[in-house]
Amino acid sequence: MGRILALVIKELLALLRDPKGRMVLIGPPILQLFVFSYAATLEVSNVRIGVLDRDDGLWSAELLQRLDASDTFAEIVPVDGVQAIDRLIDQRQVIAVLHLGPAFSRDLMAGTDATVQLLLDGRRSNAAQIVEGYVRRLLSDLNRDARARAGLPAIPEDPLVVRHWFNPTLEYQWFTVPSLLAMLTMLMGLIVTSLSVARERELGTFDQLLVSPLTPAQILAGKSLPPLLVGLFHGTVFLLAAIFFFGVPFTGSLALLYGSLVVYLAAVIGIGLFISSLSATQQQAILGSFLFAAPAVLLSGFATPVENMPEWLQTATLINPLRHFLVIVKGLFLKDMPLETVAASALPLALIAIVTLGTAAWLFRRRMG
Amino acid sequence: MRRFLALTRKEALQVGRDPSSILIAFVLPLILLFLFGYGVSLDATSIRVGLVLPSSEDADDLAAALTASDGIVVVTARDRRQLTGALVAGDIRGIVVIPENFRAGDPIQVLTDGSEPNTARFVENYVRGIVQGWNASTPGRPSPPGIVIEARYWFNPGLESRHFLVPGSIALVMALIGTLLTALVVSREWERGTMEAMLATPVSPVELLLGKFVPYLLLGLGSMAICTMLAVWLFGVPLRGSILALVAISAAFLVPALGQGLIISALSKNQFVASQLALLSGFLPATLLSGFIFEIDSMPEVIQWITFVVPARYLIPSLQTVFLAGDIWPLFLGDIAAMLAIGAVFMGLAANATRKRLA
Amino acid sequence: MASEPLVRLTGVTMRFAGGRAPALDGIEAEILGGRITGLAGPDGAGKTTLIRLMTGLVQPSAGRVEVLGHPADGSLTPIHRSIGYMPQRFGLYEDLTVSENLELYADLRGLLEPERGRSFDRLLAFTDLARFRRRLAGNLSGGMKQKLGLACALLKTPRLLLLDEPGVGVDPISRRELWRMVGDLTGQGIGVVWSTAYLEEAERCDTVLVLDQGRLVYGGAPEGLTRRAAGRTYHLTGLGDRRSALARQLDRPEVVDGVIQGSAVRLVMREGAAAPETTEAGMVIEPVPPRFEDAYVDMLGGGPGGRSALAEGFRAIDGDGTVIEAEGLTKRYGDFTAAGEISFAIRRGEIFGLLGPNGAGKSTTFKMLCGLTRPTAGTARVAGLDLARDGPRARARIGYMAQKFSLYRDLTVAQNLAFFAGVYGLSGKRRRSQTERMVEIFDFGPHLKVAAKDLPLGFKQRLALACAVMHEPEALFLDEPTSGVDPITRREFWTHINGLVRRGVTILVTTHFMDEAEYCDRVALIYRGREIATGTPDDLKTRARSAETPDPTLEEAFIGLIEASDAERQAA
Repeated sequence: MGRILALVIKELLALLRDPKGRMVLIGPPILQLFVFSYAATLEVSNVRIGVLDRDDGLWSAELLQRLDASDTFAEIVPVDGVQAIDRLIDQRQVIAVLHLGPAFSRDLMAGTDATVQLLLDGRRSNAAQIVEGYVRRLLSDLNRDARARAGLPAIPEDPLVVRHWFNPTLEYQWFTVPSLLAMLTMLMGLIVTSLSVARERELGTFDQLLVSPLTPAQILAGKSLPPLLVGLFHGTVFLLAAIFFFGVPFTGSLALLYGSLVVYLAAVIGIGLFISSLSATQQQAILGSFLFAAPAVLLSGFATPVENMPEWLQTATLINPLRHFLVIVKGLFLKDMPLETVAASALPLALIAIVTLGTAAWLFRRRMG
Repeated sequence: MRRFLALTRKEALQVGRDPSSILIAFVLPLILLFLFGYGVSLDATSIRVGLVLPSSEDADDLAAALTASDGIVVVTARDRRQLTGALVAGDIRGIVVIPENFRAGDPIQVLTDGSEPNTARFVENYVRGIVQGWNASTPGRPSPPGIVIEARYWFNPGLESRHFLVPGSIALVMALIGTLLTALVVSREWERGTMEAMLATPVSPVELLLGKFVPYLLLGLGSMAICTMLAVWLFGVPLRGSILALVAISAAFLVPALGQGLIISALSKNQFVASQLALLSGFLPATLLSGFIFEIDSMPEVIQWITFVVPARYLIPSLQTVFLAGDIWPLFLGDIAAMLAIGAVFMGLAANATRKRLA
Repeated sequence: MASEPLVRLTGVTMRFAGGRAPALDGIEAEILGGRITGLAGPDGAGKTTLIRLMTGLVQPSAGRVEVLGHPADGSLTPIHRSIGYMPQRFGLYEDLTVSENLELYADLRGLLEPERGRSFDRLLAFTDLARFRRRLAGNLSGGMKQKLGLACALLKTPRLLLLDEPGVGVDPISRRELWRMVGDLTGQGIGVVWSTAYLEEAERCDTVLVLDQGRLVYGGAPEGLTRRAAGRTYHLTGLGDRRSALARQLDRPEVVDGVIQGSAVRLVMREGAAAPETTEAGMVIEPVPPRFEDAYVDMLGGGPGGRSALAEGFRAIDGDGTVIEAEGLTKRYGDFTAAGEISFAIRRGEIFGLLGPNGAGKSTTFKMLCGLTRPTAGTARVAGLDLARDGPRARARIGYMAQKFSLYRDLTVAQNLAFFAGVYGLSGKRRRSQTERMVEIFDFGPHLKVAAKDLPLGFKQRLALACAVMHEPEALFLDEPTSGVDPITRREFWTHINGLVRRGVTILVTTHFMDEAEYCDRVALIYRGREIATGTPDDLKTRARSAETPDPTLEEAFIGLIEASDAERQAA
């Protein structure tokens, strides 16, 4: 035990002693949390839209005003003619052009179908679809108001009563910030773990450990505990930032969060040790971590839902710890997820941890007598 | 010229023999391309939605309409409570509750999983579309007049996210090769003392710089070509612009990317620091701050300022355009000019950092 | 011709940002053509900086560097056309083959046919690398890399050849070949600068510049310095226990310096002191010619005394018998046998050396014996415990000191000590008392809070030793323990080792440097994976005795035995 303690203290000192090392551990993750939270949003705001207004009537003027007032659009670009539409969209000066025909206001007042064209930039199809949805809502409100003004019978209400559970106003950051907690703890844990062995190997101190009376299990424990502590520290910092800075509600049980975080970190550390036992230099360790982390992030359900992936890839993501922990962390933040549901996602994490730590131990032992 | 050719040849031999160069130049690009081609898709095709279905004729009819649609997979239950657990667990993304004694036109409750705003919004809009369509098609309920919107998506009428993600991932690949690979290769030369040995020969610094620049430019373009072929033939992404434009845009991007790699290598003590810096200052901004997935216009202003010095910000629009739209030179020229300007600054800084490193 | 210096250094001073003391301080020197100028001094003395100044790649903070008549701060092309430079680690591209490296440097130096082909043939023959044209430079041995590095620097015959520590990590055979090659060059009028941390290398140069902490402490012919020790150097032979004899002698005020050479003790007496007296029966004293190193240590005021506080407080390990044992140790990688059937037994209190050229299997044997590599066949035992089966218990009995002192660089002295104490299971009172003892013996007090990487070289060496012996091991494994350190630190180190051996500690050491090998009781010479000779240093010398070398040095014996082994193999 004393030996493991000596190892743990040494690892922590190696990480924290030099001010630069402390900075690397604290600066980039916090910076990333903030930049990502604000930049990684699939919401659309402040885009430019072009309007070709052939109508020049009361309701087209009203529509322009409403477009202008919305946060989605930063600027309404007037379009002179059909030819200009090409240029504006081609050169990405606007994301979409709304084309109102000469009879727009008249048709609205008359209560007949008014046709408008909406041309969107398919190169940015995701943002464009959100813009389309927004324009649709705006126009349907406009229609209702116009009919009311003209004294026409009201059209039926929206048949849908929608309630967004867990996040009534669909705050995007309520989604990104907890997800980033999971993602950034994984990245940092992976790097800290995989480098700690590679660095010692490069400096020759790993041999020093191997010739000491430590057993492989002791070395493994000594290498795993410090990243676990670092991971818990990062988790706590991100948790506090999420609750107190970003105002994300935390509805679940803290004990469950920390409990599952430990299991998650064990899985991540197992992977990190596995990578480091395969790499001879720090550079290889970094590349190995990257090679694992890039797919792990992309295929976690963070960028896009896992359901959208082909079947075989969905199966492959089962070995991705981030995928399982994302469910837990969002569940505990927003959904007050109960124990049995958390356990259902923590179980695969525990399996990953057992397999990777076991493999790493085997690889370690193979190198030693 | 002879010296330059010798340096180029050396660089080519080295890339072919060093496992981490092969990894970065050939393996990572393929992995990324496949991930973006298969794994990442913003097109919802099989989102699971719960349906609470009482026994009524109209309800069964609406349920049939919902079940028949391609965008969602419907999980039916008699009672809401059977589904709420699944919503908490994230197994389903929303619940459509059809009330008892439902008749066409009656309000329908939709509950979504707000912990994923994007999907929640998709569920809402998707269900609304089906219900409205179903209401309109029900006999005796003529569709009310309204505004008919003819929406047309230019360049990508099928709205396949792969069409813009795959060209974007080519940009990431070039950022990796330009910045990460150059940073590693050059910092290894410093580490092993070969840089110093080179500088003590009659090679001029310009030749040395070109000797690094041209091979990695060619490597980046080669990788781009392979990715393009895969994109077109495997993922069915159209290439509507000219090869010339594609090459010109890519080459212009590689100038600042390589410059960044050279700066990093001259500033870093070792390959480890170099790889960290390259990932942090090259790869991450190219993914996040380039407009690749996230709209730059929607970011806070401070972050928007940062994006102006991210070369990938200029590459991605042009790349998406040359694939999906065609040759739109006014757009290309603006972006190329911006990239070359950043490139000139980076190259100057690289030369300066190299000089300092020696002293 | 030779009177015009190739390099002229005037008041050259170099300061680095952040460095307190200048890296070079007011250096005045000239480098002449047709001779080898040695640049001697321990690591960190400023040798590399001085060589880099001569390439013009860096500019001095003050003073003037003139190379081949050009100031080294303007256009460097005329300088770079006429110099050859081999940086540390040889400046080779490890991913390129031997030919590809040569082609590259030939192109860079604008070497055209037909001169090019001739130059390749000449250099490949000269360096004996023709057989390895297609081998990757990264797969060459240290000695071959060094020859290739030299060949690349010589492609277009330079006027000035700068070699930065060409002797590091190179075995005596390769080193001798290199000397022969460089000797040929000076015959053609080329000026050679050769930097080294080893004084036995510096001694062979025509001129030496000795640097110490950035200052030039001696410049001139080595004989000029050596002469100062003339008539003061003696061999003591016929000693009962040479190690205690040395310790006693070193404590006498009239003895400036002393080292062990095989069964003899070499002493340097203080200036004006009488010759040493016989102090024990059978002791024979004979005057010997002085060496450069004798004079150098004398100039610095002499080496440390003969007492080792470390050893005095060390537990006495009693008993006879074998402590470290190799029994048919074999390591195969595929078809290649890195070490085959190595067997020896090291008795308690013995210093056993492993010698051999690079890649001959010396390191593999060493690693199998301390448990870093698992043998394919055979057994390695320490204190009767099989390292393969009883690893942790066996490893608790050994101390290990790696090349370049593998300490935790970012941890302070105190933290390094605490860590090693913890890892070796020292706890409570014993841990405290051992730590305090180490601090006191090695004078760590003022440095406790200094990171290991910022320690002066001598203290790094001390700390590495302290960490290796804190748990009072039975056996100590030393891997090139004093490479790159100054002679004073090396003497201090060996004083401790000699003291520990007298307490019963058993030592296994690998080394490339013969003055370290001389401290051994027995050495095993490993060549091509086989143990070709085992015996005392004097035995090996006797065995290598021949008509041409009636009284071989250990280095000559080493080379002679290897050549004999080659001849035998070819005959078979």
